[in-house]
Amino acid sequence: MRVDNDDILRSSGTDVRKCMKCGKCSGACPSFDEMDFPPHIFVSMVERGDAAALLSSKSLWTCMSCFACVERCPRGVEPANVIEAVRASAMSPQGANRMRPEDVPVFLGAAGECLVPQQLLASAFRKYSR
Amino acid sequence: MTKIGVFVCWCGSNIAATVDVDAVSEAIKAAPGVVFATNYQYMCSEGGQAAIRSAVAEHGLTGVVVCSCSPRMHEATFRKAAAGAGVNPYMVEIANIREQCSWIHKDKAEATAKAIALARAAVAKLNLDRPLTAPETPVTKRALVIGGGIAGIQTALDVADAGYEVDVVEKSPTIGGKMAMLDKTFPTLDCAACILTPKMVDAAAHEKITLYTYSEVEKVSGFVGNFTVDIKKRARSVSVDRCTGCGVCSEKCPSKRAKSEFDQGLRERSAIYIPFAQAIPNVPVIDRDTCLKFQTGKCGLCEKVCPSHAVDYSQEDEVITKQYGAIVAATGFKPIGLERFDEYAYSRSPDVVTSLEFERLCNAAGPTKGHLVRPSDGKEPKTVVFVQCVGSREASGIGAMKGKPYCSKICCMYTAKHAMLLREKYPDSEAYVFYIDVRTPGKNFDEFYRRAAEEYGVHYIKGMVGKVCDEGNGRLTVRASDLIENRQLLIDADMVVLAAAVEPDPSARALATLLTASMDTNDFFTEAHPKLRPVESPTAGVFLSGMCQGPKDIPDTVAQAGAAAAKVIGLLSKDRLVGNPCVASCDETLCNGCSACERVCPYGAISYETKTVVDRGAKDERRVASVNEALCQGCGACTVTCPSGAMDLRGFTGRQIMAEVDAICR
Repeated sequence: MRVDNDDILRSSGTDVRKCMKCGKCSGACPSFDEMDFPPHIFVSMVERGDAAALLSSKSLWTCMSCFACVERCPRGVEPANVIEAVRASAMSPQGANRMRPEDVPVFLGAAGECLVPQQLLASAFRKYSR
Repeated sequence: MTKIGVFVCWCGSNIAATVDVDAVSEAIKAAPGVVFATNYQYMCSEGGQAAIRSAVAEHGLTGVVVCSCSPRMHEATFRKAAAGAGVNPYMVEIANIREQCSWIHKDKAEATAKAIALARAAVAKLNLDRPLTAPETPVTKRALVIGGGIAGIQTALDVADAGYEVDVVEKSPTIGGKMAMLDKTFPTLDCAACILTPKMVDAAAHEKITLYTYSEVEKVSGFVGNFTVDIKKRARSVSVDRCTGCGVCSEKCPSKRAKSEFDQGLRERSAIYIPFAQAIPNVPVIDRDTCLKFQTGKCGLCEKVCPSHAVDYSQEDEVITKQYGAIVAATGFKPIGLERFDEYAYSRSPDVVTSLEFERLCNAAGPTKGHLVRPSDGKEPKTVVFVQCVGSREASGIGAMKGKPYCSKICCMYTAKHAMLLREKYPDSEAYVFYIDVRTPGKNFDEFYRRAAEEYGVHYIKGMVGKVCDEGNGRLTVRASDLIENRQLLIDADMVVLAAAVEPDPSARALATLLTASMDTNDFFTEAHPKLRPVESPTAGVFLSGMCQGPKDIPDTVAQAGAAAAKVIGLLSKDRLVGNPCVASCDETLCNGCSACERVCPYGAISYETKTVVDRGAKDERRVASVNEALCQGCGACTVTCPSGAMDLRGFTGRQIMAEVDAICR
C-alpha cells in the first residue's frame, strides 16, 4: 500500500507542527494499552512524513475515536483526526479502485442505458483515490 | 530660501563600499537650495561634526542634510551638532542611505543612484522645513504607583529613597500582594513573609510614601510630568486613625461565612476582617456585602465591642485628586480560573487544588497553620501529583485555548519547591511532577530543580496528565503519560496540585484605558521597546513594574521594579521637560468640525471648541479641533483621518511629504 503523507495532512484538517510533544493525548487515551503506536507517537510519525508505517498499525483500529485527545490537546492538534485521516487512507489505497473507467461500458446497454443501478458505479469509484 | 549643506557619510565601508559617495556629494550640489556638499568617513565622529560647524560658519547654512544611517541612530546627534553651530535643530534632515540603501543593495551604480534620490528627497523636504521650538513644561515632583505588591512596594521604596514623594494605590485592604500569600520562595527556600513584611513596614513608615489601600484610580488626565489623578478611597467603615488593630471586632463578628480572599477561599472569614496578621495597615475593613448591619440593619456588635470607637458605619467613599509627574503600573497578576479544565476535576474534588491554594496549605499563617492536609477530610496526603503547564502554552483549536498561549515562567520553579516541601514535611510521601519541559533559566534555578529530583527524590515524569477521576472514596485516580518509557500511568493519589497559568490582574485593562497605555493581546502592558526600553510604556511618563508587563518571578520583579524607579527618578529629577515640537496642528479655516480626529487620537490630545474663525476676511463662529501640544505624540493618525486636510503634523506636513515623493519620482 502506498500513502501520500501530504494527503493525510490535508485531509486531517489539522496542523501537526503545532504539537509541542506534551503527551496529554496519550495521557488521556483509554485505548493506550491496545496501541502499538500511541497517539503522541502517531502524530509525531505523521509530522515527520512516515505515515506509511502506520497503515498496517494496530493503533489504526484500536483508536475508538472517543475524541478525548481532541478535547484535551492544548495545541489544537486533534490527534484522533490525524488517526482518522490515516485510517481513511488505509481503507482507500491508491489505485485500488474496484472498477476502472474502461470497465464501465460492460454495464451499459445497446442504447447506452445503464444496466445496473447507477449507485453501484458511483460507490465502486468513490472510496478509492486516483 | 534655505541655504543647505549636504554631508554624505561613508560609515567606514558600510556605505562607501556600495555607494559612490563622491558621486552623491557631487550630484546633490545641483539640487535647489544646496550651497555646499561634501563627504566624510564618519559624520557622527567629532571630525564629522566639526565639518558641519565650519561649513555653517563659512557658507552661512540655515539647513543641514546628512546622508547617513537611520535617523533612529543619529538624528539626535546631528540636531545637537547643528544647534551648536547656530542652526535650528529642526532644520536638519537625515537621508537614510545605509539601512535603506547600502546594506540592502549589491550593485554600486544602482545603489548610488538611489542614494542620490534619497538625498534629493531630503533636500526637497528641507526646503519646506521651518524652524521649530521645542515646548517646555514643568514637572510635578511626585510619583504614583498603582498596585501594592512586591513590584509596587519596591518601586515606591526606591523612588522615595531618592527623595521624591510617592503615593501607592492598592485596591485590596492591605499591601503585600501575591507574595504575602506565599510560603517559601525559590531558589533559596527562605520564608516569603520574612523578606516581604519588613519591606511593607518600610513602605508604611517612609516619610515620603503615602499608602492608599482599599482604593482605586478612577480618572487620569494630563500628560508626562503633569498628570492629574482621581483616587477613590473606598469606605473601610473603620477609622484608620483610631483603630489599634486589636482584632476584637473580627472575633465577635457573628457573620463568618465569607470566603477569605487571602486564603484562596480555603477558610471562612468574618464580615469585619483584617486579611492577614501582618497586614498593612493593620486596620480591618467591613465587607458590606456580608455584614449583617449593612444587609439587615440589625447587629452593630463590632461598634459596641470596639474599645477605641473606631467602627464608623457612616463612612462614605471619598475621592482625592492629586498631581503626579510619573505613574507606575504595578497591577500584578492572578492565576487563571480552572473551571473549564474539566479533565482535572478541579471543580469536583476539593483535593484538586491550585498551586496558590497549596501555598496557603503549607503556610504557617494559612488556614491549617502550616499543617499540610487534604481540604476534604483533613488527612495528611501520602501521594501528590503535580501537573505543570495547566493552561499555559496553549494554541487555538478544538479543546485548546481554555488557557493562555504563553509560558507562565514561574510554575517550573514553584512546583519543584512544592514537591520539596511535601517531601520535607512527609518523608514517606510520594511526589510526582508531570512536565512538558522543565524551564529553569535563572541563577541557581536548575540546581534547585535537580535537587528536587536528586536529593528530595521527587519523581519527574516527562508527560502530561490526561484525566483525573474523583473516585468518591477520597481517592483520586490520575491517568497520565510517561513519554520517556512510552507507557500510560494510573496513579492512585491523595491530592493533585495544578500549576495554573498566570494572567494579568483584571483591573489592568481598565487602567490601561485610563492611562492610554497600550496592551498586548493577553492584556499585559506593552513596553516601549522589548529589549531597550523594557520598563517604559510607549505613553510618556507611564512606567511598568512587575507581572503587569509579563510573567516574572520575584527576583525579576524586584529588578524591574528598581529599573522602573530609576526611570521615574530620572524624570522627576528634571525641573522642566523638553517636548516634541513635531505635533499636530489644525488649520481652523479648513476644519469642518467632524470629530474624526478626536476619535482616532490614541493620546486624547484633541478636543473640540467653538471659536471665532476668520476665513478670507469673514468672521464666523465654528466648532473646530484643538490640539493639546503637550499630549500630542506626533503619531499622525489625525492627519490621515482628517477628510478636509485641516490637520497637519509640524515638520511632516502634507506638502513636505509630497515634496519628498516628487523628488524621488522625478
